[in-house]
Amino acid sequence: MLVFAAVFVVILLQLVNLQLFSSKYKIMALDQGTFRKVIYPDRGIVFDRNRKPILQNTTIYDLMVVPNKLKGIDTSSLCRILGIDTAQFNKKIVEVIIKNGRSRASVFDGLLSEERMATLNEFMYKFAPGFYLQERPVRSYPYDAAGNILGYLAEVDTNFLKKHSTEGYQIGDYAGKTGMERTYERVLMGQRGIEYWKRDNKNRLTERLENGKYDTAAVAGQNMYTSLNIELQELGEKLMQNKLGSIVAIDPRTGGILCMVSSPTFKPKYLTGAERKKHITELLLNPALPLLNRAVGASYSPGSTFKTLQALIGLHEGVITTETQFSCHGAFYGCGKPMRCLDFGTFDLRHAITVSDNTYFANVMQRVINNPKFPSMDSSLRSWDRYMYAFGLGHRLGVDVPSEKRGNIPRPEDYDKVFGKGHWNFCSFRSVSIGQGEVDVTPMQVANEMAYIANKGYFITPHLVDSIEGGDKFHMLDSFKTKHRAIDIPDSIFEAVHDGMEGVVDHGTGMAAKIPGINICGKTGTVENYFHGVKQPNHGFFCGFAPRENPTIAIMCVVENSGRFGGTYAAPIVGFMLEKFLKDSITDKKRKERLEYYANLNLIPPRIYVEMRSQDSMRHAKDSAYLVAKGYIKIIKDTLGIDEEDENDALDKMKKDKELVKDTKQEKDSSNKKPVLKPEAVLPNEKKKPEPKDTVRN
Amino acid sequence: MYQKKPEIGKGVDWLMVWLFAILVMIGLVCIFSVEYRSSDGVIQSFLGFKKNYSKQFFFFLACIVLATFILLTDSKFFTATANLSYMVGILLVLATFVIGKEIKGSKSWIPLGFMNLQPVELCKIFTALALAKFLSMQETDFERPKAQLIAAAIAFSPAVLSVAQGETGLALVYFSFLIPMYREGLPPGYLIFGASLGVLLVVSLLLSTKTLLILFTVLAALVIYFNRRQVRRNNKLLIIIVSAWAFCALFVGVAIPFTFKHVFKQYQADRIFSMVGVDNPFADKNAVETMSPEELKIKQRKSEQQNYNVKQSKIAIGSGGFAGKGFLKGTQTQGDFVPEQHTDFIFTSVGENFGFIGCFTLLLIYLGMILRIIFLAERQRSTFSRVYGYGVASIIFFHVVVNICVTVGLAPVIGITLPLLSYGGSSLITFTILIFILIKLDADRQMVLR
Repeated sequence: MLVFAAVFVVILLQLVNLQLFSSKYKIMALDQGTFRKVIYPDRGIVFDRNRKPILQNTTIYDLMVVPNKLKGIDTSSLCRILGIDTAQFNKKIVEVIIKNGRSRASVFDGLLSEERMATLNEFMYKFAPGFYLQERPVRSYPYDAAGNILGYLAEVDTNFLKKHSTEGYQIGDYAGKTGMERTYERVLMGQRGIEYWKRDNKNRLTERLENGKYDTAAVAGQNMYTSLNIELQELGEKLMQNKLGSIVAIDPRTGGILCMVSSPTFKPKYLTGAERKKHITELLLNPALPLLNRAVGASYSPGSTFKTLQALIGLHEGVITTETQFSCHGAFYGCGKPMRCLDFGTFDLRHAITVSDNTYFANVMQRVINNPKFPSMDSSLRSWDRYMYAFGLGHRLGVDVPSEKRGNIPRPEDYDKVFGKGHWNFCSFRSVSIGQGEVDVTPMQVANEMAYIANKGYFITPHLVDSIEGGDKFHMLDSFKTKHRAIDIPDSIFEAVHDGMEGVVDHGTGMAAKIPGINICGKTGTVENYFHGVKQPNHGFFCGFAPRENPTIAIMCVVENSGRFGGTYAAPIVGFMLEKFLKDSITDKKRKERLEYYANLNLIPPRIYVEMRSQDSMRHAKDSAYLVAKGYIKIIKDTLGIDEEDENDALDKMKKDKELVKDTKQEKDSSNKKPVLKPEAVLPNEKKKPEPKDTVRN
Repeated sequence: MYQKKPEIGKGVDWLMVWLFAILVMIGLVCIFSVEYRSSDGVIQSFLGFKKNYSKQFFFFLACIVLATFILLTDSKFFTATANLSYMVGILLVLATFVIGKEIKGSKSWIPLGFMNLQPVELCKIFTALALAKFLSMQETDFERPKAQLIAAAIAFSPAVLSVAQGETGLALVYFSFLIPMYREGLPPGYLIFGASLGVLLVVSLLLSTKTLLILFTVLAALVIYFNRRQVRRNNKLLIIIVSAWAFCALFVGVAIPFTFKHVFKQYQADRIFSMVGVDNPFADKNAVETMSPEELKIKQRKSEQQNYNVKQSKIAIGSGGFAGKGFLKGTQTQGDFVPEQHTDFIFTSVGENFGFIGCFTLLLIYLGMILRIIFLAERQRSTFSRVYGYGVASIIFFHVVVNICVTVGLAPVIGITLPLLSYGGSSLITFTILIFILIKLDADRQMVLR
């Protein structure tokens, strides 16, 4: 009997060991027996100012298969619908089984197109229960516009996970990569829910653990109402097609962004769904940088648009009055070397703005810098800087779009570095007076500066989002409520500048922006620029606001390397935009024709085409050399589509191609392989000469 | 129902009946917890005869009827037919060679349509009866080797047949008959010899043959050295030591390799070796080399499956913790992680759902039952009843211990059921008959049986 008891004690001891002292079995049981399922809530919907959804959710379907339930299913008719043959079908089933096992559901055909979905849905009953359709939520862009504003989702990378380690992201999750999707990720994402499921030995989820006692519910993302006018945005994108540049329009009363075009842009729908990988590579390698949001991410010299600000400073500092006159005799002779001006005559302030006279504003800035009120040039330039900062230049505005640039307003320290302390004067940077040289602004900053002038002395930080449904929990909109009025400038000064700007459109350099019946204030700009030290065609600028009496829109347009003047292309484009916004539509037949003309105009600088071609040919040369060396003729045949030729012919052709590439680098694109070279950055203001040539007009 | 028929209930040991009923109930609950899914309707599926717990329930009803019949039978019937039933049992076992159906690798089942009968299982009853009959015969003198041999033949011939059928696990059960024999005067030398053989076996599995041979030689030399005076005086001692050494050497050097290569199947040998945590050194290396990749894969999967069973079983029991996860809340049980959970691994569902407390209580019930049976056996006046009682106790003891040891990872995987708990008609009916014959014999203990 003792033996019986002893044996039972041994068993009991092992039970104690297993059940009371080893926690590893509990962990193992938890690992294999339960599953933590993350429930993704719908992301928030984004509306434009007229409550039209511009970014919402839609469902596409994946065709799922459970291999061990395939018996008795009419596979041949399924194959017919899917357009595959039975061999492919079987191959796919085998693949699926290897990957995921027989009893678990796997994706058979992902992201079905609408037509296929429609036919499948009709006959789905035939293929049950082995096949079923599973919905998958994706982002949709009803207007297929404003890609640069809305942004897109991308799978999170390890870097992101590290940064947001406390927010519950895991590998495989999607998060906003650019645009509003990124800025407002926290708002749009909502709150993930977690469901605990029981899992069986074949890794199938069977039922909720404890009837969902430990689950947390998912909370849908918040909807957002933006100030964007999607129709204006669409028109802007249409006008800017085949051009590099951007248009930014702001409602000066609220700081709400009405449109923000960046060209070239991308169709946002290309970056969701199955074809994303293909498109993103193309976009990344395009030398025209379609993924760069030029409205905030590119900065340029402001050119003559800067003159309006110089006028404000000059008047407020009292170095000129509205009646002060300067004459242009072909150049500004204030410094030894003449700086050309092209409008012969004598001008007062209003007239000088209207004709964009260089000499006038050179004189104005010279007087500001040499103002005897200040003990040194250092302090006078610093005071000038203070004005510029008050106008919203030289620092990031805090727009709710990622990757904003700060631009540049030259400080005394900068000149100290270049010329040595005390070894510079106004003549060292006289081109700044007409918006060339060391000044750098983004289109957004210029548009904001126009809002500042329109408001006669204040601006509200430009922003896209007006309100968030359910409240601004993360206090992301707080900074968009304050009026920035750093310096009090009397209205009379603004009136004078407005007069000059109205003249620009009425009878000055920007007449192309004119719309009958509306008083528009504007200013043209033509900006010299260099790329890798080589002079490029001028950038055309036009900025302004309207109507003058009660401004509801402040706008800025850049057409990069358009050549000619700011009034040539930028001004008419702004004209159409203003008409669309203020009159709601463009009805006049002639105007419509003009609109189409400008929309179809191709102003992409030849540099971009050269770069594209050289990218292709370099790649081609590399590929073909490699393939010939390795003897992969068959692959070449496939890629080139020269099946009829025999191998030697193919070889000869490849060699010829190679030589051609070497000689001329003019080879046409004949390879459809994925590009491998990175493009050079082509920011318009990459490198600036310390002293650009002073031959700027307008 | 017994109370309503006092003539049946007379003298019946109600404690045993209750223990029996409680265990079967626990079994039903456990099988239910293994198979039940929240989507099932309880009543329908219980009466549907489709689910295992429903079948087991009907087997239980059948067992009640059977028990009633046994209690109604004259207890003399059992003594009278002991030898005859033993013959029938052996014949049934032999019959499986002809009409047997192969289930899970052993051809030891006779299909009966509604259930599959395993004669070796039933044969336990007949063997217990026959052994009791033989030992209770007046002319049997258990001191004599001849009687011992006959008893051994009665006890182990079904085991031999069972091994031949590929059902090693059940064969081992017949070793439990050593306990009643010991009670009836089998010299303890046999048990000591058996135990040391067991130690030798384990050691020889753990260490390589060469190391062991050296070890034995050194050990023998040391014994001779330390007892050199006695050895000089008594030559017989030397002979004993040398022959013990020779036996050990032969056992390790010849018997073990031979057994593992030729008697056991590869998977059985692998199982035993995986138990002690050593790779099988007797595995046929040539066979491995000549195996095709598919065969190798199958073999690998088989051994993985073995480890998988025990691992899953340990996870299920271990994750139960002190108080268990609660009835129908075991994730391992509900997820079908433990293979054969409703039969051989039923203990895991106790472990997971009811934790240490449940396991402890269950073990107490089993221990109580065994001790009660021994108590009953000891109060019998006839040798037949006593031997039979001890036989029943040993069989239950062996089943419980080996089964639970397998599930908690203390023994290699041997297909043995947990008495009264495991799903299975054969097993349940066998144990019902075993126990109720004992109850009947006990009820009639005043009668002198021969």
